[in-house]
Amino acid sequence: MTSRPEFAIVGKSERKVDGRVLATGKPVFVADLQLPETLHIAILGSPHAHARIVRIDASVAEAMPGVACVLTHRNTPATRHTTAGQGFPEPSPYDTRMFEDKVRFVGDRVAAVAAESEEVALEALKAIEVEYEELTPVLSIDDALRDDAPVIHDEVDSTGIYDASHNVVADVDIDVGDVEAGFEGSDVVVESICETQYAQHTPIETHVVLSYLDDAGRLVLRTSTQVPFHVRRIVAQTLGIPIRDIRVIKPRIGGGFGTKQEVLLEDIAGLVTLRTHRPALIRLTRKEEFVAARTRHPMRIRVVLGAGNDGVLRAIEMEAISNTGAYGAHGLTVLANTGSKTLPLYNKAPNAHFFGQAVYTTLPVPGAYRGYGATQGYFPLETAMDELAERLGIDPIELRRLNHIRVGETSPIFEKLGEGREGVEQTVKSCELERCLEVGAERIGWSKKRGKHLRDGSWVHGVGMSIMMQGSGIPLIDMAAATIKMNEDGSFNLLIGATDLGTGSDTILAQIAAEVLGVPLERILVTSSDTDFTPFDVGAYASSTTYVSGTAVQRAAEKVRDQILTVAAPVLGAEAGTLRLGDGMVVGPDGKTMTLADACVRAMYESDQFQIAATASCVPVESPPPFLANFAEVAVDTETGAVRVLHYVAAVDCGVAINPAMAEGQMEGALVNGIGYALTEEMQISSRGRVRNPSLFEYKIPGMLDIPRLEVVLVESYEPTGPMGAKSVGEIGINGPIPTIANAIYDAVGVRLKETPFTPERVLDAMRAAE
Amino acid sequence: MTITLTINGVRRTVEIDPGEKLLDLLRREGVMGVKVGCGTGDCGACAVLVNGRAVNSCLLYAAKADGAEVITVEGLEKDGTLHPVQEAFLDEGGVQCGYCTPGMMISAVDLLSRNADPTEEEIRQGLSGNLCRCTGYTKQIRAVKRAAERMRGGGRDD
Repeated sequence: MTSRPEFAIVGKSERKVDGRVLATGKPVFVADLQLPETLHIAILGSPHAHARIVRIDASVAEAMPGVACVLTHRNTPATRHTTAGQGFPEPSPYDTRMFEDKVRFVGDRVAAVAAESEEVALEALKAIEVEYEELTPVLSIDDALRDDAPVIHDEVDSTGIYDASHNVVADVDIDVGDVEAGFEGSDVVVESICETQYAQHTPIETHVVLSYLDDAGRLVLRTSTQVPFHVRRIVAQTLGIPIRDIRVIKPRIGGGFGTKQEVLLEDIAGLVTLRTHRPALIRLTRKEEFVAARTRHPMRIRVVLGAGNDGVLRAIEMEAISNTGAYGAHGLTVLANTGSKTLPLYNKAPNAHFFGQAVYTTLPVPGAYRGYGATQGYFPLETAMDELAERLGIDPIELRRLNHIRVGETSPIFEKLGEGREGVEQTVKSCELERCLEVGAERIGWSKKRGKHLRDGSWVHGVGMSIMMQGSGIPLIDMAAATIKMNEDGSFNLLIGATDLGTGSDTILAQIAAEVLGVPLERILVTSSDTDFTPFDVGAYASSTTYVSGTAVQRAAEKVRDQILTVAAPVLGAEAGTLRLGDGMVVGPDGKTMTLADACVRAMYESDQFQIAATASCVPVESPPPFLANFAEVAVDTETGAVRVLHYVAAVDCGVAINPAMAEGQMEGALVNGIGYALTEEMQISSRGRVRNPSLFEYKIPGMLDIPRLEVVLVESYEPTGPMGAKSVGEIGINGPIPTIANAIYDAVGVRLKETPFTPERVLDAMRAAE
Repeated sequence: MTITLTINGVRRTVEIDPGEKLLDLLRREGVMGVKVGCGTGDCGACAVLVNGRAVNSCLLYAAKADGAEVITVEGLEKDGTLHPVQEAFLDEGGVQCGYCTPGMMISAVDLLSRNADPTEEEIRQGLSGNLCRCTGYTKQIRAVKRAAERMRGGGRDD
């Protein structure tokens, strides 16, 4: 393992570079910019889960005072596209139109009104006459896969659907070795089928877009997005206008978690502005966000594990059926990730099989959500491992030790299963899972508490654990670029397409630049996520920013450093190769120095003049996994079935933490989201396909009273391919709570829960069934 | 109808609709630190101090704020110096996306005005009406403790 060098700025918990504007309430979010003459847009959603629009008449609405324009399928572009903001060409089907004469879930777009005020727009929606021919709804994956199931995408112009006539969006089937033979050669075989629920991201800021025309008449989209460059491309495609006529700006945004990897509203706002030449604001209400934005893919997953009495796995099989709702955005790739981000963890199994299908239903539309399929996959995998450990009579920690991937090892899954296509071979170069297990077990008090069923009245305590990996970006697909230019006071503009969702990426990318350039953080001026001024970056998803964008920044900074050294060499009377940067100086071998400011002034004004600046790109050739060991202590009320998480320890190998407080923050936020997903969060859907709890009152996300004692331990390694030794940890934490809590519940009361969330009803039912 | 209220120390007389909420009035007046998260009083992103007490401005009719003193996140900073709560949130990493931050800090200021030395449980209670999806709350709780120490003069500004 390469050892970690000494750093000056990297590894310090610097304050966020945008912290002060956020903490003082400056108007830096999308809707904080007030432009004169702004139109307000409201959307009419379908009341039916599945219907054809036989007639739509907006003439009364259009004639209402204050209404500027009404959009329906009759007056908007019919281009098929995907809302999924992914690398191009997207691995998601082109099955979506701006508006269509068919609606496929309750809340699906029927029309949009732009008016002088929100009130007028809402009034005008009521005046739109729509006649529907109701079709049979498809409200479950079983209904979707029935031979006589209605065909949800029966249109002829959609592309990229695996088998539209059977509602199958995507199909993945890969084999390593021979699992059947592996199971036959196993001493113990464990099978488990688990189901996960509809759950939502719930960023505190809902989706919002402000569009306007600039002085040259180009369309500007100021939008709360994770993927500004994909927004530009997909809006150009959808509206049929050139990319050069669109500028996308991502200001500060109020959280994403995957839901803003979708291009949901930009097309509508853009078209309104192009038609009316006026600014237009569209913001989903909280109810609309629940009904019509994106969710996590609910899945049913079967896992079979076979192992010898020695505890070494002989075969793993995983079969996942994913509900991708009315449209196929991220359907294939979330499904593939369910296997590709889980199975390589246990590379000791010589035989593996992954089979998956993503199917359409007439239900709300899932999309990208932090964890991206791995969250679902680890539920059956890590609970089955717990069961296997029990059957073998081996401690669950020991079972993981016998089977997890290590430094210098690979898994055939890396190559067989990628982002909706074949993957990329890789060898693990950093893995501190052993230490993560040690630290976690010690902090939770594993040996003292496991199997002890400590009682406190009707409450029984238990501890559980799980391990996992994720990735750092999408190899050979993702791309990030960074530009750095120097100013004559020795400061630098860092221009990055990377997209800070609140994650702190502007700060950690600035730390990487500052480290290379030998300056304090305040000398790095960050401009990010503006398609006119910053170089291309795919955006913030797939745990890519630290690893991929960070590498681009490091490379750009190194190029700039080399230019500075070349400028300083004749002044310091030494070869450029013998100089170094530090403390805002160029330092020669004899200790002579030149300030960075003087170097830049020389380049700008004095000799061989040029702009010190460079651009660099990164296309990663591998995706080094971060690793995580989770430990939880829970208490289960045997009278009510209520579950309380008392203590949660997450020991994570993130490579070098560029900014430890921010790395911890990523983990803490993801874990608490995962705890909500495990215990309380569930979109309840009626027998007619309507979301029954579309509010933050009825859909329970954790608040301060709901969180356990939470300990995140950064177990640092050095990833030789990463920027400054770093890996990405944006997603991994969210995968932990479901299996860890499930295993702790089993330790407490002896029931294995197979369906999330673990509500008191489900726990009590399982306990009664076990009696 | 017309009301008069003080917003961050500035007295303003404004025309309002009888059904208008304080949140909408404040944002219409350019006070953008007040955030829209749900409109139903469930998330706390729009919390402001009305006569010293934190309230969800999405639930309060603007008409009810006639004569009131309203302080928003913009009013916490004094002459370029951040409030100890703001400093502590930045030091402890209690800010991620920053969208819940204004409301969260307003609730913290309210709590600390009533309880200079809150326990962790009291902090959790006091800020339980403010939802955050980014931070997992741990660093925010620590930030409130640290702000309390500083405001009592017990903590070091390191």
